[in-house]
Amino acid sequence: MHKLLQNAPDQEIMLLGNESLARGAVEAGLAFATTYPGTPSSELSLNLFQISQETDLYFEYSTNEKVALEVAAAAANSGLRTMCIMKHVGLNVAADPLMTLAYVGVKGGLVILTADDPSMFSSQNEQDNRYYGKFAGLPVLEPSSVAEAKDMAKAAFELSETLQEPVILRTTTRINHSSAFVTLGDIKERNTKGEFIKDPMSFVTVPAVSRKLHVKLLENLDKAQAISNRSEHNILTGTGRFGVICNGVSFLYAEDAVKDLGIEDKVKILRIGFSNPMPDQMIEAFLKDCDKVLVIEEGEPFMEEAVRSIAQDAGISVSIKGKGDNLFSRLYEFDPAMVKRVMASYFEIEYQAKEPVDTSNLPEIPQRPPNLCSGCSHRATFYEVKEAAKALDMDTICPSDIGCYTLGFLPPLSTGDFVLCMGASVSSSCGFAKATDKKVISFIGDSTFFHSGMTGLANAVFNNHNFTLVILDNGITAMTGHQPNPGVDMSLFNLEGYNRISIENVVKALGVEHVTVVKPFKVKKSVEAIKEALAFEGVSVIISKEPCALHAKGLKLLKPRAFTVTDRCKNHRDCINEIACPSFFLEDDKVRIDATTCVGCALCAQICPENAIVPLKK
Amino acid sequence: MDIKRLIMVAVGGQGNLLASKVLGEAALICKVPVRMSEIHGMAQRGGVVESAIVFGDASSPIISDGEADLLLGFEPSETLRALNRCNKETTVITNLAPLPPFTVSIGRGVYPEMDTIQALIKERTGSLIAFDAMELAIKAGSPMSTNIVLVGALIQTGILPLTRESVEQAIKTRTKPAFVDMNLAAFNLGFEAAAGAA
Ligand code: SF4
Repeated sequence: MHKLLQNAPDQEIMLLGNESLARGAVEAGLAFATTYPGTPSSELSLNLFQISQETDLYFEYSTNEKVALEVAAAAANSGLRTMCIMKHVGLNVAADPLMTLAYVGVKGGLVILTADDPSMFSSQNEQDNRYYGKFAGLPVLEPSSVAEAKDMAKAAFELSETLQEPVILRTTTRINHSSAFVTLGDIKERNTKGEFIKDPMSFVTVPAVSRKLHVKLLENLDKAQAISNRSEHNILTGTGRFGVICNGVSFLYAEDAVKDLGIEDKVKILRIGFSNPMPDQMIEAFLKDCDKVLVIEEGEPFMEEAVRSIAQDAGISVSIKGKGDNLFSRLYEFDPAMVKRVMASYFEIEYQAKEPVDTSNLPEIPQRPPNLCSGCSHRATFYEVKEAAKALDMDTICPSDIGCYTLGFLPPLSTGDFVLCMGASVSSSCGFAKATDKKVISFIGDSTFFHSGMTGLANAVFNNHNFTLVILDNGITAMTGHQPNPGVDMSLFNLEGYNRISIENVVKALGVEHVTVVKPFKVKKSVEAIKEALAFEGVSVIISKEPCALHAKGLKLLKPRAFTVTDRCKNHRDCINEIACPSFFLEDDKVRIDATTCVGCALCAQICPENAIVPLKK
Repeated sequence: MDIKRLIMVAVGGQGNLLASKVLGEAALICKVPVRMSEIHGMAQRGGVVESAIVFGDASSPIISDGEADLLLGFEPSETLRALNRCNKETTVITNLAPLPPFTVSIGRGVYPEMDTIQALIKERTGSLIAFDAMELAIKAGSPMSTNIVLVGALIQTGILPLTRESVEQAIKTRTKPAFVDMNLAAFNLGFEAAAGAA
């Protein structure tokens, strides 16, 4: 049985934040879940995927976040408790349904989990998704700890049903990827039989209907505000004339700081867990009781601005600080020592920080940047595209996309000139091709292509753009931990009842006239095919098809067969200089291959001018 | 209860995740509150994994620069890189078996001398326990048990509020049944190595 399904109330188990969230949803009787994978939210989806294989929970990996939210909206409006999971930037993709779903509302509880990533550990920006709550007019809940994540996930369903609105549950990386003991609760029975009761005047958002729905939304927001004002998620602790208003993990840092600074009698903390709408009366009462207030929140001054406006409204003139003034930054995540230091300085408390050791005169430590795996087919494709462009003497611009292959921008592959968001490789190619006279070659993975590459490609064909799109089809969503997508063979997961879409057929159906499928580990053939594609006027597509090496190895579909460098090697080092596979190393100034990591893709063997690289004899 | 803060740094694939699991389980056995957090910068693709584990009555799951009581490095150059987490009292434990980054393997970067690494850590921190944990892991049965060798050394310092028995118990329940004996041997070798080094 899945560990999150155990019916053992009051038992304490160690859970990852994402597992805690999943358990909370299970305890709430979650019946339906949709997602597009994205770090730091991926393990939450993975656990629900696993649970769905053991229970009647319906779970799907949707093609993108907009689709995921629309699927979820229907389930929730059929009365099912539903969760829709994505990383922060995913909510941008889902923003269209989000804004109007707020008007329509839900019948069964719908919790939209958005995982923000302050410091951008694995994201292209650090946007603060609390603003989506404000923007759409939806309640936002924010847990501070792993244990609270479970309880809040559970409570979010109740809140959603009380208000008949979706609830945004906002976490940050440090919640999703932290672990702690969590006390299990009861599991509510799951209702998986939905029913949709037709009511066009509530569900069909033509202008006449939407005008009424907007009124309803604002009334709901008033109700939400009243709930926020007495919400158990907004916690007041401590006593004293100094006030701290904080949220999320900042609450933990503030608690530790108060203890470490020994100012338990001087500081009271208002932890906001229900952050949209803000609990205005609670805050007003809090401010009236303070001589000085510090707002501690990662990201944007979301609460700070609200607190200021509440103070202004109530005619309170106490000093309220947060961002700026040498206090907190809008950049990156916070840490306990930073919070301690700022609190000490703002509240004028004597404090001696633990001095980190001096690292100024350490010798340079070689960097350890991530690299494509040994045997990753992307390496071969990048190499071949570069060779083909070189042979045709083409000056190129290479927009890339989001996935493992983004790493192709690093030397020596150095392929990747522009990365924006999912799917932008294709659409930005249209722009670069028109705006410049360079040859544009873009790169997109299979999952990203289904996510939002197809529409860009339709645009390219319709508007008759001129570029080559390389689809890196490794049959899996690799970077986020090997999730399915519509092009994946689901028998790899031992699952039945799915269909599989051929990317080649899709591309042809979109009207692309020059489509070639290559096997990237056949170097010569691939280079020739790519040359033809590059020379084609109009939209050409290369589909480079080869399973993700890491995934195939994990499934034992790939039986590594290592190669070795023989003494025919004349030390040209083309292998190291051009493809930089992590299996290479130098020994006595000679190139060697690490037989324990080489999978035998034979890319290097094919580019060695001396044919010095051969399979290792067992 | 005293708060103890431990930073573990490793290269993807060195098994520090399992090490945290074992320590977490031991904390449960010893009824010590514990919070951990992990950042894996594309670990599977050769990046660095950093875990923070906070034992005792603290709320935060992460550890600021200068605030680690213990630094456990699975790879010597990564131990050195994480030195900013230490203060002058921190106890540092490091494996001495290097895993040179790719840039070094292909001759584009210089790996610091092992003696230099040790001297630099020693002169800046409270104490250093350094030994080849990989060698001991092989002695225990497999290089895969390097992580547990290091856990053994960590427990020997007596800094964490965990008993030796609790960790051995955690090894029995948290590591694969087929490897329990090997891991117990690895734990013991690490424990002894640290005792000898101190
Ligand atoms: S996980 Fe797969 S796609 Fe990603 S770098 Fe490794 S082999 Fe390539």
